[in-house]
Amino acid sequence: MEKKKLITDDGIRYDGRKLDELRPIKFQIGTLKNADGSAYVEWGRTKILVGVFGPRESHPKHLALADRCYIRARYHMAPFSVEERKSPAPSRREIELSKVMREALEPAIFAEFFPRTTIDIFAEVLQADGSTRCAAISAASLALTDAGVPMRDLVSSMAVAKVEGKLVLDVIDQEDKQGDSDMPMAIMPSKNVITLIQMDGLLTHEEFIQSVELAKKGCMEVYAKQKEALEEHFKKTMDREEV
Amino acid sequence: MTNQIIPSVKRKQIIELAESGKRTDGRSLTDMRPVEIQTNVIEKAEGSATVRLGDTYVIAGVKFAIGDPFPDIPNDGVMSVSAEFVPLASSEFETGPPDENAIELARVVDRGLRESKLLDTSKLCIIPGKKVWIAWVDIFILDHRGNLMDAAALAGLSALLTSKMPKAEVSGEEVKVTEEFVPVPLRAIPVNVTMAKIGDKLFVDPSLEEEEVMDCRLSVAFAEDDQKQEKICAMQKGGSGTLTPEELLRAVEIAKVKSQELRKHLPSGGK
Repeated sequence: MEKKKLITDDGIRYDGRKLDELRPIKFQIGTLKNADGSAYVEWGRTKILVGVFGPRESHPKHLALADRCYIRARYHMAPFSVEERKSPAPSRREIELSKVMREALEPAIFAEFFPRTTIDIFAEVLQADGSTRCAAISAASLALTDAGVPMRDLVSSMAVAKVEGKLVLDVIDQEDKQGDSDMPMAIMPSKNVITLIQMDGLLTHEEFIQSVELAKKGCMEVYAKQKEALEEHFKKTMDREEV
Repeated sequence: MTNQIIPSVKRKQIIELAESGKRTDGRSLTDMRPVEIQTNVIEKAEGSATVRLGDTYVIAGVKFAIGDPFPDIPNDGVMSVSAEFVPLASSEFETGPPDENAIELARVVDRGLRESKLLDTSKLCIIPGKKVWIAWVDIFILDHRGNLMDAAALAGLSALLTSKMPKAEVSGEEVKVTEEFVPVPLRAIPVNVTMAKIGDKLFVDPSLEEEEVMDCRLSVAFAEDDQKQEKICAMQKGGSGTLTPEELLRAVEIAKVKSQELRKHLPSGGK
């Protein structure tokens, strides 16, 4: 594989962004008719659709929990979402990401309000160009809100990578593949707590501390976009009511 | 967990004890359980190790096989890490394909071993673009008494550190495996440290009892190269609780110290 230089000497990235600049991110809420809640996100070229069902009766029944709602999440990639066709069967990566996505969202959900029920969160990655788990988690938190699930906070997510010795925000595919490290993080912004943190690659202790700061800044920018989308969605809903 | 009452009583007890820096098994919050590593326990494997971390018991075996390289890295060998939560290890484990916990564990151990650049895969090439060595690292959980992540990472690492590698001879397109063995090309060494968060405290090397009531856990792997340079090489939060940014940074500090302690237990390389 030939290696292109990904960052110019003046700190401009492969796709023209500055080191700490996000791609254009656009959330849309309530895009599906059947799901109880839904959200669609275009995060640069990454495109993800999330549908939420529930709280609904648990199926199979033995999954039901006496004191809270059972939360199930699935992160799944479409075969056509990547360069080389991906088998639609869930890979080990998708199984792990489903788990961490669920664990990133669970702290925000008042699960104790709905004992014996299930909430299903389905994220379908239609096109993948880096940061898919961050985009899926952020969109899923909006889909949950759309479904009327009571939440402690939104969940906002962002990844920081080290590419050619520099820390960069919001990683695209190229940077992920050639980068030295990748660190996705998710937070509940108004509570200032971390609900997802993963890291791979080599970082010094100092670089790690800087990465956490940078990721937090990115998460707050995503949070602003999420709130914008919610406002727009509810405004549209109200406009419709008034007709 | 079917019974929600006993864990919540236990949780209260664990949190109260932790206020005075103690744990139910007598350890301090930062103590690991005793570590015992035995290597070369399976003669038919190229490398093997058992790890006892307190009562947690794990075995790992390394087998080398000739296979095809990945198209995007045609001149590099391959390392593959799998984990089996076999049913004899816990009444909670069931037969069948690995579940999300086994897959997560294998992938976190894999990331530690891979990202530290422990194995020099460029030296596992037999015929560039055609034939390479694949190092299969298989981890079996034998007794689940908490903190499988660190026990499994230690087992996989110890098996690789003491593994030998078959030697292949190439004549034209023909590959013949000889009777000879060579050392495995190794570089920086990753050590994983896991902490459970319960209440507002971090518990190093959580026991099963602590894991049952934890909010979440954080695993941090530090790699140390031959220049004694330390870097963070993998990290994973598990469980549905949250960490404050301060807790995250504190956990990394603790992991840095504890990983050095664990290094003293590692077998010396080469067989």
